[in-house]
Amino acid sequence: MNKHANDLHPETNAPSPQGGPTVVEAAAERHAVRMVNIEKYFGLVCALKNINLQVGRNEIIGLIGDNGAGKSTMVKILTGVFPPTSGEFYIAGQKVDLRTYNVKRAHAHGVETVYQDRSLGEKQVLWRNFFIGREITLPFGFLNVKKEKEIANEIMVNTIGFRGKGITADSGVKLLSGGERQGVAIGRAMYFEAELIILDEPTAALSLKEVRKVLNFVHKIKDGGKACIYISHDIQDVYEISDRFVIMDRGEIVASIAKKEVTLKALDDFLLEYSHGLKDKEGS
Amino acid sequence: MKRSISPLTFLGKIEGLPVAAVLAVLYGVFIITAPMVFSGYRIYMSFLQTVPPVLVCALGLTLVITAGEIDLSFPAVVALSGFIFAWVFKHVNTPWAPWAGFVLALAGGALVGYINGLLVARIHVPSIMATLAAQFFWYGATVLLANGLQLNIKEVIDTTVHTIFVGRIGGIVPAQAFWALGLAVFLWFILNRHKFGEEIMFIGDNAEVARVMGINVEATRIKLFTVNGVIAAFAGLLLTLEINVFYPTQGGGFLLPAMASVFVGGTSIAGGLGSIVGTFFGAYIIGSLEAGIVATTISGYWVQMIVGIVMGASIVLNVAISEGRIGMISNRIRHWGVPAHSNTTGEVSPKDVAASK
Repeated sequence: MNKHANDLHPETNAPSPQGGPTVVEAAAERHAVRMVNIEKYFGLVCALKNINLQVGRNEIIGLIGDNGAGKSTMVKILTGVFPPTSGEFYIAGQKVDLRTYNVKRAHAHGVETVYQDRSLGEKQVLWRNFFIGREITLPFGFLNVKKEKEIANEIMVNTIGFRGKGITADSGVKLLSGGERQGVAIGRAMYFEAELIILDEPTAALSLKEVRKVLNFVHKIKDGGKACIYISHDIQDVYEISDRFVIMDRGEIVASIAKKEVTLKALDDFLLEYSHGLKDKEGS
Repeated sequence: MKRSISPLTFLGKIEGLPVAAVLAVLYGVFIITAPMVFSGYRIYMSFLQTVPPVLVCALGLTLVITAGEIDLSFPAVVALSGFIFAWVFKHVNTPWAPWAGFVLALAGGALVGYINGLLVARIHVPSIMATLAAQFFWYGATVLLANGLQLNIKEVIDTTVHTIFVGRIGGIVPAQAFWALGLAVFLWFILNRHKFGEEIMFIGDNAEVARVMGINVEATRIKLFTVNGVIAAFAGLLLTLEINVFYPTQGGGFLLPAMASVFVGGTSIAGGLGSIVGTFFGAYIIGSLEAGIVATTISGYWVQMIVGIVMGASIVLNVAISEGRIGMISNRIRHWGVPAHSNTTGEVSPKDVAASK
């Protein structure tokens, strides 16, 4: 097996492939992710300001905010699509080197993302989708197809729970419903030992029944002991699965409320009041 | 959304089978209609001699099309590589000149492909435009370098390069057929069993998905075009070695047959999936048609039209099988004779429902 695959393959390596914190430090670190004073400018436009956010090790954060509030920008920084202008962040207590941080590094650090519609190659079979970007290889970069299929089948039965549906590693993505596709993406993230799974509007294009399936998968993230940032427009969904709500507006975090402190009604009212409040401010 | 499973569906699972079947039927028809020509071995040996250069181009093109791109510049590379080889062979006076020419010709192809790759991946020029410009430029450059003249290199027959690549095995079988077959096998493994091939498929499927899954899309595209340049240069070498001459417009007729081979072989222009096996048989279909039709003594005016029919039929067959619609089509054919009020789009009107009750 080549070195690269070894690095990224959770079964065959130590918890920290990047030569990260010692065991003592890791144990002391209670946060999956800690962002400190993150700022992002696009030219002169300030997209993110003064972002300080901690996500606990088995915590599900519901990230709420209007379009343009900066949710996507924050997610893209976390997942290595582009670097912040200033600030720093830590994943499992390990400081991220922002100069070399990219999607592959984010994966190695354990940050996995499930997008609304960009998670799977739709014409490809499932086993390829599980391992794309971090294939299990034989010498000279050839794929270990047998092993990839074996593991893909195991994930589908044990992690995702596709039982008795006639869906195997050889099935094409086309055969799956929208909710099941997100299930595959979530199962993949969990298999690769994610520290943090970011779900970016995973239910935006789905029917109610499929949304229900996705929420069940998110519950599995919680049961699996992982951390999660769940971004959605649907307050009801966010309320059901989150431990804490983080509300963003115009590039800033404006509130962080634990679920036990608030009811769905109160949260909804708060958001409404908040946007009305802003409007009043603008008006005056 | 349950699909009725036709007993023929499994046929779609075997890569290239429908295309191979079309080729077999085609040869069957030729054997019946032109027994004098097609019952002997000579015509097949002649195909094994003439098809490989186009086939090699088509194999490379299969990878490019699978990645959702197109390369129109390979005919120019066929000319350029032929020129480089012939020039080095004529002007460098050492025993290893043929090998030097061979390697330099491949390097020339790599350079052309690399530049294509840079234009497409870094500057984001759509590949159809970048490679169209490249095809004019490199044909022009070749004509300029060659002063518009052909180079006769008949002494090449006595070299080992000639024997190895286009010699006659057992005095009969052209060696280039084996090189083309070997390349097809190799590229099948690259596309279906290698990281590079998987990256090509995901980029062709959805480049954005590929990017968020950590594939370096730019680098892979550059690599892909470079590889295709080398493959086209190899095709040019096979051609020049076989005919013992370089001429500035060589490869000019390769563009459409090579593309036809890829599409007849079942690779979709949409990208994401490609069939090397299909391209292999597709190239032999395209390469055999003209000679075959002429041999049947039909008037030559029929050739193009029959080529069109065979191409169209194999493409329809491919689409039908790959989408698992063989069963649906055979059902429809059965219903064609019945003047029912069913409509072609397959929608069911209330009247149909009432009638079925």
